[in-house]
Amino acid sequence: MAHLLTLTLNGRKRIEAIEDNLLLLDLVRETSGLTGTKTGCDGGECGACTVLVDGTPVLSCLTLAATVDGKTVETVEGLGEGAALSALQRGFHEKLGSQCGYCTPGFLMASTGLLRRNPRPSEAEIKEALGSNICRCTGYVKIIEAVKYASDLIEGGVPA
Amino acid sequence: MTRNVPTHNIGDYVPMVDGPEKVSGQARYTADFHGPGWLVGGIYRSPFAHAEIVEIDVSEALALPGVKAVVTGDDCDKGFGVLPIARTEHPLARGKVRYKGEPMAAVAAVDEATVQEALRLIKPKVRELPAYFKARDALAEGAVALHEHRPDNIERDAFFELGDVAAGFAEADLVLERDYNCPEVCQAQMETHAAVAEYDAVRDRMTVHASTQVPYYVHLMLAQILDMDMARIRVVKPFVGGGFGCRTEALNVELISALLARKAKATVKTVTTREETFITHRGRPEHDIRMKMGLSRDGRITAVECHCDQRGGAHGGYGIVTILYAGSMLYAIYDLDNVKYVGRRVLTNTPPCGAFRGHGVVDIRFAFESLLDELADGLGLDPLGVRRANYLEAPTFTQNDLMVNSYGLPECVDWVERESGWRERHGVLPPGKGLGFACSHYISGASKPVNWTGEPHATVKVKLDFDGSIVVLSGAAEIGQGSSTIIVQSVAEVLGLDLGRIRVITGDSDVVPKDNGSYSSRVTYMVGNAAIDAANAMKRVLVAAAARLLETEPGDIDCLGEFYQSLTMDKGATFEEVVTEALKDTGTVTVTGNFSTIPESHGGRKYRGAAIGGTMGYSYSAQVVEVSVDEDTGVVTVDKVWVAHDCGKALNRLTVEGQVQGSVWMGMGQAMSEETGYHDGLPLAANMLDYRVPTIFDSPPIEVGIVESDDPHGPFGAKEAGEGSLPAFLPALTNAIEAATGVRFNDLPVTPDRVLAGIEKRRKQEARAAKRGEVA
Repeated sequence: MAHLLTLTLNGRKRIEAIEDNLLLLDLVRETSGLTGTKTGCDGGECGACTVLVDGTPVLSCLTLAATVDGKTVETVEGLGEGAALSALQRGFHEKLGSQCGYCTPGFLMASTGLLRRNPRPSEAEIKEALGSNICRCTGYVKIIEAVKYASDLIEGGVPA
Repeated sequence: MTRNVPTHNIGDYVPMVDGPEKVSGQARYTADFHGPGWLVGGIYRSPFAHAEIVEIDVSEALALPGVKAVVTGDDCDKGFGVLPIARTEHPLARGKVRYKGEPMAAVAAVDEATVQEALRLIKPKVRELPAYFKARDALAEGAVALHEHRPDNIERDAFFELGDVAAGFAEADLVLERDYNCPEVCQAQMETHAAVAEYDAVRDRMTVHASTQVPYYVHLMLAQILDMDMARIRVVKPFVGGGFGCRTEALNVELISALLARKAKATVKTVTTREETFITHRGRPEHDIRMKMGLSRDGRITAVECHCDQRGGAHGGYGIVTILYAGSMLYAIYDLDNVKYVGRRVLTNTPPCGAFRGHGVVDIRFAFESLLDELADGLGLDPLGVRRANYLEAPTFTQNDLMVNSYGLPECVDWVERESGWRERHGVLPPGKGLGFACSHYISGASKPVNWTGEPHATVKVKLDFDGSIVVLSGAAEIGQGSSTIIVQSVAEVLGLDLGRIRVITGDSDVVPKDNGSYSSRVTYMVGNAAIDAANAMKRVLVAAAARLLETEPGDIDCLGEFYQSLTMDKGATFEEVVTEALKDTGTVTVTGNFSTIPESHGGRKYRGAAIGGTMGYSYSAQVVEVSVDEDTGVVTVDKVWVAHDCGKALNRLTVEGQVQGSVWMGMGQAMSEETGYHDGLPLAANMLDYRVPTIFDSPPIEVGIVESDDPHGPFGAKEAGEGSLPAFLPALTNAIEAATGVRFNDLPVTPDRVLAGIEKRRKQEARAAKRGEVA
């Protein structure tokens, strides 16, 4: 069965005709063409597909698109203002929190969810928020640095 | 006029030139490409570990509406493989299947659901054969051969004995022999394998987008598999989500996609699942190692004898190289005089192994550094002092003729000793806490490429046009390691220009010069040198143009990047003016830079396979690992790692740190939690939960010391930074656990259950000893 889904995706209101079993991941990547969100596993293992639903990080590969009806969804493409990078995007770029970049969108969305509710997280809180995201390049050292740096930037007035 | 000063970037913290794309979601990886009318590819994988194929009935699958093509081994009789002497694998099994998950057939259809339904309709008929999942079973008397040309199931045996090993052992004050087991591990890179094969039926051309580290090898193998003129093939490597060696050879995924595309006369996109990515494998083989070593009281290693069996999986792959590396790389880190090596690369009914980061050297180094630690302990020597007693002195040739040009190991050892507080803290930490130490090394590109064509090892083009833009064209595969950034930095440094003026184009065989690919840590060294060579050629063009403009000789011109100054007259020209002059007669200027290794670095001929291990520059690493061991749960926590890496010269301190941290951490995964495992040939951990890579919770702070030994041949003195620090973590960890608990672990991974069992055994021994003491 198909039905109409209304959502706000990266600030734009959209109406999509979707199958009931469509995953949010496929809605974002296939229907909307926002391929920044990645698939890294066979379901709920790696965090690469993390997006924000009403500001909360969720695994889009384990979320039915139908459940975001009326909600706000944000992906990596929605970060920053226009072409300018957000504090976290700058952190991951400038501090090398991103190497191959494949896990980066997931880490960025999970970190964005964290810094919006807690702009000055402790290292333990950063680990807590990113504990279900896997990165295979960095050893996480520079990811933690990137989030801390972003936190400092936010304190200096740069948007999260 | 504003006179720009020359800009320099080498040695700075330079964020990656392709970073903005990665953090904005604009970076497109192979699976991110979509097009109207594209078909979906899917692979039917063998449920049998070892069987003769009688027939594969695909008639029902083919008849399913929406199915556009089905291919089996009958569609391609050509073999593939990375080594020209071992191209015995087929994209789709022919005659036999040799591991569970080996491709037997493939389908292209209009959508994923149709593909899945079609795959269910494929019916193979086979005669099953005995299957071997352990090296010892495949080697057993009477075992059925996996491959006709390898009747003993040995892909390659390796042997050498240099010096007088028996005399060396006789000289030693302590000789120990131990067995080590390192299970198979997999890269588990974040991006699963993907290929888009676009067949142009009008022009008979094939374009393949592939998630690969080696577009050139993919190009070669596509030509071979498709029996197609290479000139009709184009290979594009988009952004790649990590490799670590799983993509250093053409994979069946891209070859099968191309076979499907040609048969369907369409574009076929195949994206493997995580489980299929594990099965495609090409990870590090299981190693069974018996190591024997002699040590004298003055700390000298008197002799080494090493027996190594690698369970290579069902096909040759890189196997011959891997088993030879494991032997030759016993050398080039310490000064050894008496070494015997016996290696066997064994064929088994498991997915084929490959060239995982630290190719060939990791497990051997684990055994070596563990045993050296144990020997030092046995003679009451300091583990660092023992290394110091065996240093090489560069420049030198090792006993097996490996050329060592620069050697920063002593500075690495000094750095970790100082920073970790080794002297004050080693041996005096409270129970349950310990410090461990180890060293390792790696090559900066193999001096002899696997595909010897007579061409330079690396070629880079630099283009200058009317707008004053510099475009660097390179085939070097950026896979997240930062190669594109290093190339841009190198060209900018030579020309004295801002990084922003320079762009780099990589990864499209229609545009960029051929490159062998991103493996064996060759890119910074070889492509970096070629980029410098190209930039110097461009500089000569610009200096000559400036000289014409200023009516003087080229020798009178000083290139200041944005300004070209006469050394004798008070005049000069801007970069723009010089560019206009340079283009006057020739139009767009394109120059070429090359790099080739010198013959002395090609390794020796002292034994069969001695050339493997030759390089222009070895990197060196020393590590101290601090652990806490909970004796009640067996949980080991790595509290901190100090690592010093001799990369010759850090061209980019940011990416060197990132590479070194990533290497150490990847070594930690192998040492503590990662293992593929099979049950009757079926993978036990083919997902990201059961294949347990460390999470952010498990991961320690890793402090990096950069040691710069200034290699005489490296680009600006640089050597590799992306692999050499991986191997040392494993023995440094087990040495630390030994320091913390008194128990030595020679089998990996050191999981809590193993630690508990080891501690339990120690407690029983202590209790028995105490009892004996009472009785006495």
